[in-house]
Amino acid sequence: MSAVPPLAENHRRFMSGNEAVARGAWEAGCNVAAAYPGTPSTEILEYASQLPDMYSEWSINEKVSLEVAIGASLAGSRSLCAMKHVGLNVASDALMSQTLAGVGAGLVIAVADDVGLSSSQNEQDSRFWGRFAHVPVLEPADAQEAFDYTKRAFEISEQFNTPVILRLTTRICHVKGVVTFGNRTSFSKAEGFVKDPGRYIMTPGIAKKRLPMMFEREAEMQRYSEVCDLNVIEEGSDSRIGFITSGPTYMHVKEAYPNAAVIKLGLSYPVPFAKIRELATQVDQLVIAEEVEPILETELKAAGIELLGKEILPRIGELSPNVLRPAISKLLGEEAPEVAPTKTPIEIKPPVARIDPATGIDVFPRPPTMCVACPHLGIYYCLSKIRNTTISGDIGCYTLGAGHPWNALDTTICMGASMGIAHGLDKGRVEADKDKKIIAVIGDSTFMHMGMQGLLDITYNKGNVTILLLDNRAVGMTGGQDNPASGRDIHGQDAMKIDFRKLCEALGVKPERIHEVNPYELPSLFTALRDEVKIPEPSVIITNQPCVLIDFYGAQPAFTVDDDKCTGCGNCLDIGCPAILVTRRETVIKPNGSEKELAFVKIESGACTGCDLCPKTCGPDAILPLADYIRQ
Amino acid sequence: MNENKITNILVAGIGGQGVMTAAEVLSQTALSQGFDVKKTEVAGMAQRGGVVTSHVRFGAQVLSPAIPPGEADILVGFEPAEALRWISHLRPTGVAMINTTRQEPPVVSLGLYDYPEDPIGEIAATGIEYHAFDAGAIARELGNFKLVNTVMLGAISELLPFPAEVLKNEILDRFRGRKPELVEINDKAFELGRKASAEH
Ligand SMILES: Cc1ncc(C[n+]2csc(CCOP(=O)(O)OP(=O)(O)O)c2C)c(N)n1
Ligand code: SF4
Ligand code: SF4
Ligand code: SF4
Repeated sequence: MSAVPPLAENHRRFMSGNEAVARGAWEAGCNVAAAYPGTPSTEILEYASQLPDMYSEWSINEKVSLEVAIGASLAGSRSLCAMKHVGLNVASDALMSQTLAGVGAGLVIAVADDVGLSSSQNEQDSRFWGRFAHVPVLEPADAQEAFDYTKRAFEISEQFNTPVILRLTTRICHVKGVVTFGNRTSFSKAEGFVKDPGRYIMTPGIAKKRLPMMFEREAEMQRYSEVCDLNVIEEGSDSRIGFITSGPTYMHVKEAYPNAAVIKLGLSYPVPFAKIRELATQVDQLVIAEEVEPILETELKAAGIELLGKEILPRIGELSPNVLRPAISKLLGEEAPEVAPTKTPIEIKPPVARIDPATGIDVFPRPPTMCVACPHLGIYYCLSKIRNTTISGDIGCYTLGAGHPWNALDTTICMGASMGIAHGLDKGRVEADKDKKIIAVIGDSTFMHMGMQGLLDITYNKGNVTILLLDNRAVGMTGGQDNPASGRDIHGQDAMKIDFRKLCEALGVKPERIHEVNPYELPSLFTALRDEVKIPEPSVIITNQPCVLIDFYGAQPAFTVDDDKCTGCGNCLDIGCPAILVTRRETVIKPNGSEKELAFVKIESGACTGCDLCPKTCGPDAILPLADYIRQ
Repeated sequence: MNENKITNILVAGIGGQGVMTAAEVLSQTALSQGFDVKKTEVAGMAQRGGVVTSHVRFGAQVLSPAIPPGEADILVGFEPAEALRWISHLRPTGVAMINTTRQEPPVVSLGLYDYPEDPIGEIAATGIEYHAFDAGAIARELGNFKLVNTVMLGAISELLPFPAEVLKNEILDRFRGRKPELVEINDKAFELGRKASAEH
């Protein structure tokens, strides 16, 4: 992360879209910013927390972050909450009612779609929420616009008395560009919180009265969308084709077709139909480039506007120039440009090997792995050795346990789901599975996000699940943010530290069914796991070692492999530590005539942090501290 | 070369190698030279041993942030298999600068995939101009593996539309404030990279 942005006036700086959103909110006088981390939105709050005079927090989940922002807005402060696309699924309950109530001071929801799926469980399109909740959707096209539109979003929120969705995508959040910015203005409503039960108590009677207001507001915003400067037609010298664009597709289209006419929808919902009709009269063929669902396309077609969209453009992933060009060339009856393979992804999507369409070159995949010495490694080593289990997993670094060499997870759906799914696997079991042990694996952050309720459900309903609560004192997956398990706040300052043992007890787990274990101590881990799966009651095994990427972790001197002692048994490879590398493989014939594959290994001493896990898997004691080995 | 010429640099490697930092330094230098610059950062899961690429584009005005396949002018490959993976992103007149230190991922260690036998040979066979040398060894000799980054920047410094000294200064400036003890060694790393690329 970069240092605190300079506060001087009219500065220009190279910033990411996420940084620009934080800066824009701050300049707009935003007083409260809240978020739960999630790629690609995480850095918005990381930057926001570095700016002075604005309260910021890591919330426990996205729903709470939106509720905090709503409360602050009602209190008279401009407020921002930020989340990744799936976060708004979690927060949507609050959104769907708050839209009826409106806002106090400006309320902006920055939601970042993972177009191209670089690290999410799905590729959903947040623009739908605009329609569903009847709120406006702003779509910046680069970092400068992310800054400008954030400021603007607060004004629109207050002008129309509505929450505003600022829709971002990975190509906005994580792209840096030159941004010109200014200074903070202060903003708060002098009157503070104004009691207004007819608006803020969402009972059926009141909601019924608020509905007409919401639809009037939407109609009014629609008229605004037609005239507003965020929606502009840029005339082109080439009238064969005209493009409808929003967000990053504007840049992609301008790059590929600089001479075509374009309508750029900065306020993409409500839809400015008349303006789009105006563009239609100027060109022979209208094409809509939207990422990713054909939302506008469907609406425009329903309104009788003739255009092409997903018939010619892909429905999945980014519409970058190399995706646009071949499709449009075909439409225009031109030869497709030479070097533009249509399917080349911008990033590798593991675990598929990438065969380059242009060269036919085939390189192994390089999927993300757990870190060297990660405290989750020992857990998965044990899980991979225990038979007759069904293991429901959750979302975090530990989802990687589903892959090689452990292959130790059977489900991963969404945050917190491991609990309820495990309970359902237990209650719904058929005869064939009657002896299966049901295990759930969940991280500290995910447990606090949405897992706790699931555990309560298990204990209340006499469930039988063994839960592995992997407390690594951080939100590892998104970069090691602090949370109640680290006992530090967003600024790294001391905060309340959660006691998971007490929490699980309070949630109804018997004290004797709760064990705290060191995940590097394989024997005690195995014992706890083996014992607990046998007992037909909910139990929780809590691990207690930190993520290696955070400052609580202390590296130890490295280990090495004594070549003379290594028998090539390959056991240590089952740990899955990336510091252990195979040096050679051999096939030997055993006395009984069967073949055996041997793998001899070495340890990358520069990477090994001496966690002492792999030596415990080595029968012949071939793995020694490097210092002892040298002394020998 | 027309005046709207955009320079496209693709930096490719593995999480933790300093790909992002190299791209950031290139961007800041281009910015200081008056160019419009865009740079993609694809972080997230990629931190953990996965493929990392960063696209740096600069010129009079840059629109789309991603370098289309076949349009990169320079490929900075921090690892030979990664260089091979991205080689077709170069235009036919482009140049690949490659660190030959191999890094095998666990999927190779576990025997699920093979590491290409001769990645540099495969790159040579494409007919693209390339320079391959062991930047990892240079860094290690200087006593700090993290210097690979600076070595690689030194190696491409003669290929850029601004003087190599400007890039070097940008790097050294980053240390002058925070870690002055590292200025000299980065200077050395940069020059060794520059020399190595001329020799290979
Ligand atoms: C609703 C939702 N919000 C955010 C995310 C992004 N995300 C994925 S895993 C994760 C947290 C992981 O933390 P933890 O459970 O502590 O496991 P760790 O990665 O530390 O092992 C987050 C924030 C998501 N996938 N879904
Ligand atoms: S970031 Fe932390 S939790 Fe995630 S794999 Fe690395 S060590 Fe493990
Ligand atoms: S467990 Fe020990 S003997 Fe077996 S491969 Fe690893 S180091 Fe060699
Ligand atoms: S001791 Fe073994 S498991 Fe631990 S970091 Fe070193 S190589 Fe990896």
